[in-house]
Amino acid sequence: MPDATPLTLDDVSVLLVWTAIAIYALAFVAYAVDLARRGAVAVDEKDAAAKGAGVRQRELVNAGGASSRAGIVEQLRAQEAASEEALKAPVGRRARLVWARIGTSLTVLGFLFHLGADVTRGIAAGRVPWSNMYEFALTGTLLIVAVYLGVLFRYDLRFLGTFITGLVVVLLGGTAIWFYTDIVPLMDPLKSVWLVIHVFVASLATALFALAFGLSVLQLMQARRERRVAIAARAHDDAGNAETDAGARAAAPAKTGPAFLQTLPSADALESLAYRFAILGFIFWTFTLIAGSIWANDAWGRYWGFDTKEVWTFVIWVLYAGYIHARATRGWRGARSAWLSIIGFTAVIFNFTIVNMFFKGLHAYSGLS
Amino acid sequence: MTDPLRPADHADADEAGITQPALGVVGWLRWGWRQLTSMRTALVLLLLLAIAAVPGSLVPQRSADPNGVRQYFVDNPDLAPVLDNLSLFDVYTSPWFSAIYILLFISLVGCVIPRTKHHYKAMRAQPPRTPARLSRLEAHRSEILESQDDTDAAATAAAAIEAAQQQLRKAGYRVARYDTAKALSVSAERGYLRETGNLVFHASLVGVLLAVGIGGGFTYTGQTVIIEGRTWVNTMLDYTSFNPGRFVDEEALQPYALTLDDFSLSYVTPGQQGAGQAGDFVAHLTTQFPDADASQGEVRVNHPLEIAGDRVYLMGNGYAPSITIRDADGEVVFSEPVPFLPQDNNMTSQGVVKVPDGLRDQVGLVGFFYPTAQELTNGAFTSVYGDLEYPMLTFWVYSGDLGINDGVPRSVYTLDPSEMTQLAGGDSGVDSLELKPGETVDLPDGLGTITFENEAPDGAAGFQDSVKRYVSLSIHRDASATWVLVFAVLALAGLLAALFVPRRRMWVKATTQGHTVHLEYAGLARGEDPSLDAAVEQFAQRHLASLADPSRLDSRTAQDPVADNGRVRDSNPESTPDVD
Ligand code: HEM
Repeated sequence: MPDATPLTLDDVSVLLVWTAIAIYALAFVAYAVDLARRGAVAVDEKDAAAKGAGVRQRELVNAGGASSRAGIVEQLRAQEAASEEALKAPVGRRARLVWARIGTSLTVLGFLFHLGADVTRGIAAGRVPWSNMYEFALTGTLLIVAVYLGVLFRYDLRFLGTFITGLVVVLLGGTAIWFYTDIVPLMDPLKSVWLVIHVFVASLATALFALAFGLSVLQLMQARRERRVAIAARAHDDAGNAETDAGARAAAPAKTGPAFLQTLPSADALESLAYRFAILGFIFWTFTLIAGSIWANDAWGRYWGFDTKEVWTFVIWVLYAGYIHARATRGWRGARSAWLSIIGFTAVIFNFTIVNMFFKGLHAYSGLS
Repeated sequence: MTDPLRPADHADADEAGITQPALGVVGWLRWGWRQLTSMRTALVLLLLLAIAAVPGSLVPQRSADPNGVRQYFVDNPDLAPVLDNLSLFDVYTSPWFSAIYILLFISLVGCVIPRTKHHYKAMRAQPPRTPARLSRLEAHRSEILESQDDTDAAATAAAAIEAAQQQLRKAGYRVARYDTAKALSVSAERGYLRETGNLVFHASLVGVLLAVGIGGGFTYTGQTVIIEGRTWVNTMLDYTSFNPGRFVDEEALQPYALTLDDFSLSYVTPGQQGAGQAGDFVAHLTTQFPDADASQGEVRVNHPLEIAGDRVYLMGNGYAPSITIRDADGEVVFSEPVPFLPQDNNMTSQGVVKVPDGLRDQVGLVGFFYPTAQELTNGAFTSVYGDLEYPMLTFWVYSGDLGINDGVPRSVYTLDPSEMTQLAGGDSGVDSLELKPGETVDLPDGLGTITFENEAPDGAAGFQDSVKRYVSLSIHRDASATWVLVFAVLALAGLLAALFVPRRRMWVKATTQGHTVHLEYAGLARGEDPSLDAAVEQFAQRHLASLADPSRLDSRTAQDPVADNGRVRDSNPESTPDVD
């Protein structure tokens, strides 16, 4: 039987999806190794620096307990400056991170398979490949990777590689397992140019929000590290003033989170980068909202009716408006606004998965039964 | 330096937040107003709005899903009334939801008006005085130009500032000269559009809200059903339901009539993926205005028919079997097509026939229609395909009191059998009636006969066209939609400007010392401006290059400023090698 049935184009698409998932998984591993190695390198450098600085510190302490705290903070600032430089370095002048390169190459390869899967699905169905939940997920994850790879030309965001590939493996894997649906002709309400525009732009916005989310998470981790380094520096200072030995002990590395954070840009830099992706995403989301209303007005006879999906699109829009406001509100810039970006993206994912699958409404196009 | 005016707790503002009011009513009022129009309040209200909108997606809403609400009351008899008291079935018109967005919009107006005034003034004002120490600004470049002697240096400085002023003006900056005895300088500002965009965005949100609120009063939606061959007239009489806004004049509807000539659709044939799925629904209509020729129109999904400012939508379709009932003497007492409501994807449909007069008793029939009937093992029928392959109609028959004489309107799709006796079907002991198109059977108890008319033209093979179809249409008049769209698009345009137009100040200062001229370039971002540094750098490059060769001021616009880095930067104007 198996060799009697020829592969349909859709079968080929499914095979390509699984190949892409496997390659992304490998990319994830490579990126994870990269982060671990960055951490190790950072620790080595610090040790080396500490050995040198240790001598100097003792001298300084002997010379009257001068500013070793300033030294630690200075070191932090220097790290930040260097990593910000690295963030914006043009492609040719980036650090030679072998594992990150492997990760990126694999991601590109996975992307090509993924693109192939998406295109073959579209050809097999004879329409744009984002007409049911399986297809939105296929195209949506494709766009996440595309946006990530596109952004790499401008910023060295390879430290987000684990997050992006990890997210895509989970989403695409879940999609292939749970959301797969056979190709059936479009239902009448979906026969509209707005399907092409509205859904595509929504997916694009989602991809940008995903990047903003990843950066916001890192921002929070980085902010915590910076705080702890500052506290450690102060403790070191106080102790150093009292007694040299105790000072040395206090200077022993306090727990500041994963070591790779030391090679990443400062929390501030991560925040403004996250903000930039979020506002781009917000613009696209606003457009999605408007385009969706125009479509609803043609399809259902009203532009807005608080249908479940409309509610969630609105909630997400308001959350990101809140995030943008928070960035401009004293006391909210920094960690609090980052949480809003995180909550916003959680709502996006919730909207895409739970709302599509379990909430009743007019947007009954998941194709799942 | 906090213009444009921002709420006091804006991250860029330099006041230390909102201070406690001086005692007194006015003081407190002012304090309260400042609280309400602060960034923090706006933010909290936005977050509250997001949270408050969620329950409407968890609990069915009367506006979007009235049947869901009814079902919810049946399924959760204890919980539902409690939720109802909290307006959870009408979240978006509930007092608490309204309170949040009304407060938000008051805050918005209170925020936007003073900022608009302030912005208006700012657009007219001179760019600010050049700061004494430009080197303290975040983006700063400097350059030393050597001249032969002091007079020459003064001339170089004057020329440099003049050129800078020109160049800035060309780049869209508003400029002002601030010359002192020691230094010449030009101060420039650009990006007012950013603030304009922000104000347009926020004002457009108010526009959207007003358009929805006011426009809603002039909006109506009505539903109707038209059976093939029948005509519907746009008057209150012909609507099955009608929801007018507050200011709608029900007597002044547009006078037109619609005739359903034909309802066409296609099916995915068996053996293909998605077999049985129906699509390409088209209602072919004849439209008629008084004293005018009739014309043809179509209503399709996603493509409403626009007529006299109304929009006609196709909301559903179904079968309307034509039924004729005769009394025991053969007199016709009922004869019309009866719309049946589809129950599943294969168009198993349910309908009710009520015969109040003409028979011995009032008679009610509850029927099922199967376009392609198939008998299940338990003897019941189901439809296995949506098209008319093997149509079958079955009826349960009741006699007694239909309950329609008391003046209370009753749905034409349901029958209340509580005052009636069942004569056929179910537990009555008599088989339910079964009919194919063209067949006639006796009603039980010698009441008379019932005929399922075959509507197909004479001589037609098979059952195609044997049963009429009907469409349910929704007729809308929405005065606000266009305005909502206009404001929404304005909001989007404003948003683009507000988020992407960089607002910045730039200064160029020339200080002469003996025969050297110290040139300084500095920039200051007002709000998010990731490219400030690059902008200052690029400006300095172009400026210096134009000093070296004034004719190039215009022609170099498109050139990459980084490419000839270094060569220009640390050379004096006279000896700058030709970079081209
Ligand atoms: C319906 C509610 C609101 C929404 C959806 C909303 C949304 C936004 C968005 C998307 C932005 C960023 C784009 C821009 O800079 O123009 C923004 C900025 C801003 N909003 Fe609102 N806003 C609302 C209400 C308010 C209120 C009540 C205030 C006054 C307290 C306010 C004050 C501001 C200010 C000052 C900015 C500029 C922030 C900056 O400097 O970056 N907004 N708002």
